[in-house]
Amino acid sequence: MPNYELIQQDGLETSLLEVSMGPHHPSTHGVFRMDVKLDGETVVDLKPVFGYLHRNHEKLAEAMSYLASMPFTDRLDYFNSMTNNWAYALAAEQLIEIEIPERAEYLRVIMSELTRLVNHVSLVGFFVNDLGALGTPLLYAFREREKILDLFEQASGARMMCNYFRFGGLRCDVPEGWLDRTREVVDRFPKFLDEYEKLLCENEIILSRTQGVGNLSKELAINAGITGPMLRASGVNYDIRKVDNYGIYDRFKFRVPYSKGKVGDCYDRFMVRMLEMRESIEILKQALDGIEAGPIMGNAGKVFKPAKAEAYGRVEAPKGELGFYLVADGTTQPYRYRVRPPSFINLTVLQDMCIGQQVADAVIILGSIDIVLGEVDR
Amino acid sequence: MTTPNTCPSVELDDATRAELERAGVIVSKVDFLYNWARGGSIWPLTFGLACCAIEMIASATSRFDISRFGSEVFRPSPRQADLMIVSGTVTKKMAPQVVRIYNQMPEPKWVIAMGACAISGGPFKQGYNVLKGIDRYIPVDVYLPGCPPRPEAVLQSLNYLQEKIRTQDIKSDPAFTEGRRQYPVPEFTGTDLEPAYNPDVWQPPANPNAPAEEKVEKEATA
Ligand code: SF4
Repeated sequence: MPNYELIQQDGLETSLLEVSMGPHHPSTHGVFRMDVKLDGETVVDLKPVFGYLHRNHEKLAEAMSYLASMPFTDRLDYFNSMTNNWAYALAAEQLIEIEIPERAEYLRVIMSELTRLVNHVSLVGFFVNDLGALGTPLLYAFREREKILDLFEQASGARMMCNYFRFGGLRCDVPEGWLDRTREVVDRFPKFLDEYEKLLCENEIILSRTQGVGNLSKELAINAGITGPMLRASGVNYDIRKVDNYGIYDRFKFRVPYSKGKVGDCYDRFMVRMLEMRESIEILKQALDGIEAGPIMGNAGKVFKPAKAEAYGRVEAPKGELGFYLVADGTTQPYRYRVRPPSFINLTVLQDMCIGQQVADAVIILGSIDIVLGEVDR
Repeated sequence: MTTPNTCPSVELDDATRAELERAGVIVSKVDFLYNWARGGSIWPLTFGLACCAIEMIASATSRFDISRFGSEVFRPSPRQADLMIVSGTVTKKMAPQVVRIYNQMPEPKWVIAMGACAISGGPFKQGYNVLKGIDRYIPVDVYLPGCPPRPEAVLQSLNYLQEKIRTQDIKSDPAFTEGRRQYPVPEFTGTDLEPAYNPDVWQPPANPNAPAEEKVEKEATA
């Protein structure tokens, strides 16, 4: 930035304009601030400022028993409490080595794919909201979201903060008829997606506002540690569900959408998510067919003392690789508890993507990253 | 049909009121009319802090539909808003901004503290960076507990607020007599917020374990 040359015209003196967007700004998805330097409408520099929602998640978790921080993981990425639970359970289960019953594995997959639907559908709603379609697409998205939240509520008792996973299984079985209701929702979902796609995917305004905006090259994406739909939109076929095969993901047939040979612009990121929802539906159908009755909880106690060890558990959360790193020191509390938040690490390329773009595009680029401040600041 | 007597202080019996109404005259107080209109069109601020904000948005969507209560006009600018819904965890870094935004809102203004975090710090109360309740800095009208509160609860808190507005007395309410209320903006000084609280709105509760005054005196003389 230091060598930036301002446009000079005879007799006109121009200067850079510094704008602080946030922390209270409708486009920043929470309490996030962007310090942008503008030449006219063009962004010449951008500095993300965060920490407005730093809630000491990691420090608090180090002072409580392993199981006690399970409800706190719900509040990391508050759209996707189920996948957060799963990542944490995976990490802790490595420490205590425990068998997970079959039915629990299936329910875990079902819950996490439903979560993916919730996340992507709301993200697309917010994204189009950022483009200026104030309200309506978001209302469509939230209408579908509510249907899935109802399922969560029936299973776990809470709409958003489910706290449903336990080490070695799940807290409780789903109520009677829940699987049928889920099948109904899943069967109806593609119809909604068709409608949504018809409205959005070839919409001229969306095309012209998002194509070629916020390009992220494959090399930069890999070097910066980007994961999730954002990485796949830049043309890398990498999905932890395929790489790690955690849980029972190896039993399902699904494809990983990624944009081959594209530039990785906002439109690609938007489309990858639209396609991912279809794949999630495929997984859900297979899982609903395969699930059988059985126990849902292995025999793990509520308080346990793992031996001195380290563990890292990761899942493909809807936003990217969500990992929990635990260091056990032989007591009932973790010695170190660290979260690898996907949206924080995805946010690191914001500056590279925004420089040279219009200021209105910076808002869309931020929207296409899909950040949640609870996870960025923790 | 007669309208309910909205103005008991004017001594009119029901028969006279009914007669007046037949002639197209309704006797009421300005207060009633004004508060009724105010309460029916509260404009909230688009102000999301954390998880609770998502439920606030959900209460505005078609299933719960906050516009049934006249509050669907979410305004991003504090200067056009009447109601601040503090929806989520207020950290020490964010608290100055919250107070500043409150100060910018024109009178009359109200605050709903939504969620356990905004009320008292909630699940993160033990943390070093979380405020133990926004009511230490700005006056809160309705406390809405939950983590997160359901959208129905958001609507109920709005109803409570409307009830409160209905009892406002325009002549004496500070919102109308004192001009725009402004509260000191705390600063984050590195270790804590300065000042630690605003004595106008919040006083620390007495310490039940503190030694009785007599005893202290005795110790001092001994
Ligand atoms: S009260 Fe609960 S849901 Fe609301 S902001 Fe605090 S932690 Fe999140």
